[in-house]
Amino acid sequence: MDVIGIQLVNGLSYGLLLFMITSGLSLIFGIMGVLNLAHASLYMVGAYLALAITHYTIQNFLLALIVAPLLVGLISVLLEVFLLRPTYHLGHLSQVLLTFGLAYVIHDIVRWMWGADVQWLPLPDWLGGAVELFGQTFPLYRLVVMGIGFGVAAAMWILQEKTRWGAIVRAGLSNKEMVGGLGINIKLVFTVVFAVGGFLAGFGGVAAGPILGLFPGMEFEILILSLVILVVGGLGSILGTLIASLIIGVVDTFGKVLFPQLSLFIIFGLMAVVLIVKPTGLLGKQVHGNG
Amino acid sequence: MKKHKLLYFLLLAIMVFISACGQGTQKTASNEAASSDKPKETAQQSEQPKNNGDAGNKAQETVKIGAILPYSGVYASLGENLTKGMELYFESVNWQAGGKKIELIKEDEENDPQASLRKFRKLVDQDKIDILTGTVSTAVAYALRDEVNSKQVPYLVAHAGGDDLTRSKRSDYIWRSSFNSWQIGTSMGQYAYGHIAKKVYLAAADYAFGKEVSKAFKKAFTDAGGEIVGEVYPPLGSNDYASYLTQIKSAKPEAVYSFFAGSDAVRFVKQYEQYGLKGKITLIGSGWLNAEDIRPATGNSGEGVVSTMFWDYGMQTPENKAFVDAYEKKYNSRPSIESVEGYDAARMIVEVFNNLKGDTSDKKKVSDEFGKVSFASPRGPLKLDPETHHVIQNLHVFKTVIKDGKTENEFVETVGEFKDPGK
Repeated sequence: MDVIGIQLVNGLSYGLLLFMITSGLSLIFGIMGVLNLAHASLYMVGAYLALAITHYTIQNFLLALIVAPLLVGLISVLLEVFLLRPTYHLGHLSQVLLTFGLAYVIHDIVRWMWGADVQWLPLPDWLGGAVELFGQTFPLYRLVVMGIGFGVAAAMWILQEKTRWGAIVRAGLSNKEMVGGLGINIKLVFTVVFAVGGFLAGFGGVAAGPILGLFPGMEFEILILSLVILVVGGLGSILGTLIASLIIGVVDTFGKVLFPQLSLFIIFGLMAVVLIVKPTGLLGKQVHGNG
Repeated sequence: MKKHKLLYFLLLAIMVFISACGQGTQKTASNEAASSDKPKETAQQSEQPKNNGDAGNKAQETVKIGAILPYSGVYASLGENLTKGMELYFESVNWQAGGKKIELIKEDEENDPQASLRKFRKLVDQDKIDILTGTVSTAVAYALRDEVNSKQVPYLVAHAGGDDLTRSKRSDYIWRSSFNSWQIGTSMGQYAYGHIAKKVYLAAADYAFGKEVSKAFKKAFTDAGGEIVGEVYPPLGSNDYASYLTQIKSAKPEAVYSFFAGSDAVRFVKQYEQYGLKGKITLIGSGWLNAEDIRPATGNSGEGVVSTMFWDYGMQTPENKAFVDAYEKKYNSRPSIESVEGYDAARMIVEVFNNLKGDTSDKKKVSDEFGKVSFASPRGPLKLDPETHHVIQNLHVFKTVIKDGKTENEFVETVGEFKDPGK
């Protein structure tokens, strides 16, 4: 029983980590209709920037947790303005190919700058401890990540549901022309959304650094899970993404315990079932128009 | 809605694409991903003698060595280190062997059996190499095997460790100077029972090499009287070992034998500490768990790891000290396991050329000459078994300790000489 309890916590903390990374992807996909396959690369860049910060400058993990994602957000703005914006009229296929190519370019740049060896983000001592949970040792940091994950979810929900900015974004999700016609600068909205997405990716990268480690290639491992979560959760729904992340985290954890050889297969199986039963994902909305 | 259907389709297509090739994207040190896809037809080994290039070789003033090694992608750093080791040795003999100049022709393995076959044909038909060496991936080595055999090119395998290469896929022309799964697993299996634990949990990356190593460990350990209380095989490149570690802990073993390498090894060792197993359940494994390129990332989490390997940086033999000094002087970095493999392979090739006085016209004779080579390598006495064509070497035990705030591997003892049974 204790073991089941601790495995459940394992699954939830992994799921919330995945949520932090996927929420930005989901936001961009839902609002802009852009499937940004370089999103996980931004996650990797965030982790490596945090490494540079903690190693060479201020050596403060918490500061890196804020500064690195901000830098990633800035990089995303540049990407959106100079690379993506000219492709909006070209359609999904070109955007997908562009961002996928970009993912490989970033992969090589990171490899060139930081090398191929595995690295690790160090945690401050007070975060590196362990707590007793269900009579088992559990890393304190994973609990903190869970808390942060829920915090991010709550902040995004409030932002989207309770503020004017959220209203614009939601309106943009249903009908872009209409929002543009109301005199709102839709280009600016897109850039902001992209920056927020990049920030979230970078944030997830820094948060994951002390758990999963850093190396070129880490981004593709996460990308595949993020895409699964995106499909399972449904487009443009933060709540859907959250629920899907938790489900995938828990299913993955128990899958590993019960059928270790099939764990990835189980996740894809789950995705297939969701696609058959509810093609729009668990909480996905039917989006019409030029979404 | 139509556009979204297209997007979904793209999304699925990309997922299939990434998961197909993404498995290899993580850096798994020495250990050849996906070595399970062995070529099925070994029956058609047409042994027609081919003498292409022989006439040209006699007139040559150079001996040509072709090296197929990964210079891009996942295993690039392994390929680079192997090459550095080789070049260090060639430099120490002035790039001369058997009275001729050594020419090293490097080709990228690309971790792709088909691409490597093309490179191999280019090396043989165009460059007219005398000896082939290299390949990190076992899958690539298996793919090359039949053509190497039929074209009768002497081939010294410098890394790929799949057992079958010197067992069921043995060839008259293929020798291996590196290691195999059996040596790695068996050495710890024999050592662990008497020195570390009676009840062990097995955890190894789920692919051919990981399976072979743990099988060898299991056999040696249970033969000695030990008990395996559980085993788990996480997929290669697992993100998170949390659930496995929880499972292992609740099984209450005295030690965990694990085979992981590269990023997997770092994650496993790190999370082993985070989940409170470090210090309570001894972590044992192969030398890739506490290798030179792993320990900087694992930091103090690696303290107390006990491994068996054929070489480590800290070995205090005169041969190793000389090797380490020369390597650090030339490259300004510590040698890795792969550097030694390259160094030893280069030396074997040079000795073969020397013994033949540079006459490489008879391929069979060149190949057979490998069986006569023996010398004191940085890893200890080294020779190749004329029967199995596989390296006979000592395996040693190393323990990770903390020195001056950083981890170092300490030599514990030599387990013994390991000669593959050949079956």
